[in-house]
Amino acid sequence: MKRIVPAGLTGLVLLAGVACGGGGGESSGGGDAAAATGPIDIWYSNNQEEVAWGEAMVEAWNAENPDEQISAQEIPAGQSSEEAIAAAITAGNAPCLIYNTSPAAVPQFQKSAGLVNLDEIEGARAYIEERTGDKAEQYVSPDGAFYQMPWKSNPVMIFYNKAMFAEAGLDPENPPLATHEEFLATSRTLVEAGVATHAIWPAPSSEFFQPWFDFYPMFAAETDGSLFVEDGAAQFAGEEGVAVAEFWKTIYDEGLAGREAYNGDAFGDAQSAMSTVGPWAVAVYGEDIDWGVVPVPTSAGTPAEEVVTFSDAKNVAMYTACENQATAWEVLKFSTSEEQDGALLEMTGQMPMRQDLPGTYAEYFAANPDYEVFAAQAERTVEVPNVPNSIEMWQTFRDAYSESVIFGDVDVQEAFTGAAEDVDGLVGQE
Amino acid sequence: MATSTSVPAQAGTEAPVRTPGGRRWGRLVGRQPIGFLFAAPYVLFILAVFAYPLGFALWMSFHDFFFSAPGVAVERPFVGLDNYVTVLGDPDVQRSFRNIVVFLLINVPLTVALSLVLATALNGAIRFRTFFRISFYVPYVTASVAVVAVWLYLFNTRGLVNEVLGGFAPDPSWLVNSTLAMPVIAIYVTWKQLGFFILLYLAALQNVPKETYEAAAVDGATKVQTFWSVTVPSVRPATTLVVLLATITGANLFTEPYLLTGGGGPDGASASPVLVMYQRGIEQGNPDVAAAIGVVLVVGVLVISFVNRYLLERD
Repeated sequence: MKRIVPAGLTGLVLLAGVACGGGGGESSGGGDAAAATGPIDIWYSNNQEEVAWGEAMVEAWNAENPDEQISAQEIPAGQSSEEAIAAAITAGNAPCLIYNTSPAAVPQFQKSAGLVNLDEIEGARAYIEERTGDKAEQYVSPDGAFYQMPWKSNPVMIFYNKAMFAEAGLDPENPPLATHEEFLATSRTLVEAGVATHAIWPAPSSEFFQPWFDFYPMFAAETDGSLFVEDGAAQFAGEEGVAVAEFWKTIYDEGLAGREAYNGDAFGDAQSAMSTVGPWAVAVYGEDIDWGVVPVPTSAGTPAEEVVTFSDAKNVAMYTACENQATAWEVLKFSTSEEQDGALLEMTGQMPMRQDLPGTYAEYFAANPDYEVFAAQAERTVEVPNVPNSIEMWQTFRDAYSESVIFGDVDVQEAFTGAAEDVDGLVGQE
Repeated sequence: MATSTSVPAQAGTEAPVRTPGGRRWGRLVGRQPIGFLFAAPYVLFILAVFAYPLGFALWMSFHDFFFSAPGVAVERPFVGLDNYVTVLGDPDVQRSFRNIVVFLLINVPLTVALSLVLATALNGAIRFRTFFRISFYVPYVTASVAVVAVWLYLFNTRGLVNEVLGGFAPDPSWLVNSTLAMPVIAIYVTWKQLGFFILLYLAALQNVPKETYEAAAVDGATKVQTFWSVTVPSVRPATTLVVLLATITGANLFTEPYLLTGGGGPDGASASPVLVMYQRGIEQGNPDVAAAIGVVLVVGVLVISFVNRYLLERD
C-alpha cells in the first residue's frame, strides 16, 4: 500500500500533461447542417400527457413526410432534464429538438455552443414574434438573438382545497386571499382550525429552481411584472422584494408553512390547504379534490385580472448536433402551429405561448372553464431573465432566501442586499 | 549480522551470459514478464476510470474551463490559482468542509467501535449468529434511496422518533436543525455501512491465534481485559483499513445530504464538499471551480489518511 500513493501521483502528473491536449479544436461547422433535410431525433418531457401529445404529433408529421421521419423519445432520466441535456451537448449526441428546454438553462447551453441561433434561419424570428407577440422579447439572449422558441407556459397561481376552507369556516367560493394580510389571516384560520398541518407547503429545500414556486410569482405580482434582473441589476432587494420576503418569513415563523420538506405531495395528501401550481394541477387534482384557484396575493390586493405571475414556461430549442436542421425547423413550425398548439392544450392543459390564447381557442375554453382562468393569467406572466450564469444566480438567491426567510438566521434586507451584489457580479460576467 | 545473498553456480550448469541491456530489461520486467499481461486489464481500468479523470480534473482546476459541444473552438486559458482562490474564499465551500469534519469525527470512531464490538460478538458462539450477520449486512446492500425514505419517516417532525421522545423531541426537528442534521447523517451512514466493516473485522478475527485467548484465560483475564489486550491489538491492521476506508468514503459523502436533508439543508448545515462540487460543476456549469474543490478534498483526505496511518501503525 505504501507504494500506491507515490505511483498514483506520478501517474497524475503524467496524465495531466495528456489531458492538457484535450478540448479545443476546430468547429465542425454548421453550414451543411443548416440546409440539410432528412430524419431527425427529438426529445420531449416524460409526463404522461406530454408523451401522448408528442406521440400524436410525431405520427402526424411522419405520415406526411416519409423522407424526413422523426424518431422521438422521452428525455433520458437524470437528476434533472437540464443535466441530461447538458451531458448530451458535451457528448455531441443531443437530438435536433428538445421540447422541454428550461429558459433558465438556455444561457448555459448557449455558452456551451449547444444551441442553434434561430435568427440565422430565414423567417424564424418573424415566426416567433408573430406567434408569441410582445412576450417573445423575454426570451431573447443578451446577444439579441433567439436560441429558444417560446412554447408553453404554466402560469403559477394558488390552488386551494374548498372542503378544508369550508371546514375552517371560510367562504370556499370567495376566500380572502388577495392581500398579504388576508392570506396570512386565512392561513392562520386554517391552521388553528386544525384542518391541515400547514396552510401552504412549498418545498423548503435549497434547489436553485425552488424560488419559482414561492418567491418569484409573488415578486412578479408585487412589482407588476418586474424581472428578477433588469439592465444587469438585481431587482429583488428593493422594497417590493423585501415585502414579499417578509410575507413568506411570517408564514414560516408562524408555522403556516413547513420548514421541513414533505415526503410526497402535501396538497394531494391533504396535509396543506393551498399550493402554488400551474394548469397541470387541474388534471392531477381535478377528480380527487374540490379545488378553487386564485391569483397570487400582493400587499395592496391587486385586482385579479391585473395580477402578474411567473410563467414557468418550457420552450423548444434546436441543438447544434443536429445534422438536418432544415427539417428540424420545419418540424418546429409544424409542432407549434395553431392546430398542434390546440392539441397540446387539449391533451395537457398547458398554455401554448401564442397571442390571444383565449380568443384563438374560445371553443375549448368554453367547454373547459376550469382552464379559462389560467388562460387569462397566461397573458400576464414574466419569465426568468435571460442572463449569464443564470443558474448560479438563482442558487445564490435561494441560499440567501433560505437563511433569512425560511430559517430566519439572518436579517432579510441584509441577506438580500448581499445576494443582490453577488448577482450583479454574476450577470455582469461574460 | 550480515548475510550473503549470492548464489553460487551449481556444478554442471553454466550460468547464462547476460548483456547489460538484457540485465536492465530483466530488472524491469522481472523473472515472470507474463505477470504484466495478467495485471494489464486492471492497470488499464485504473488509468481509464481513475487516473485520467483525476489528472484531467487537476488540469481543469488551473484553467478557465467549461463544458462545450465537441469540435467547437473554445478558449480555455491558464488561470493559475484563481479557481483555488475562489474555492477557498467561498463561504459555502468553507462550511461544507467544516461539515465534513464534523461528520468524520462522529462517523469514523463510531464505525470502528461498533463494527469491532459487533464483529467480536458475532465471532463468538451466540444464538442466531447467521441471522444477526445478515441483519447487519442488509442495510449495506440496500439502495440508499429506499433506506433514506425510511429515515425520513423516522426523523421528520411527526416521525416515530419524535413520537417516542414526546416533549424531549428537538425543536426544530432533527433534519431541519442546523446543529443536529449532520450528526443524524453521520449516524445514518454509520448504521448503513456497518455491515461491510463488520465483515472486515470478522475476517481479521479469524486470523487471531486461539492460543493467545487461551493464554489470556489461563492468566485469569476477564472478557473485557481479553478484548482490550488481545482482540484490539490483534486486529490493528484491520483497524487501520477500516479507519482509512471510513475516512475516504465519508469524505465523499453526497447521497445522504442530497436526499435526506433536501440538498444540504437546513441552510447549508449538512452540505458536503462533494454536494457543493455537484452544484458548482454540474448544475451551475463551473467545472473548473468544482475541480478545484475536488483537488482540495483529495489533498485533505490524503493528509488525514497519512496521519491516521502514522498514529495507528506506530509501535
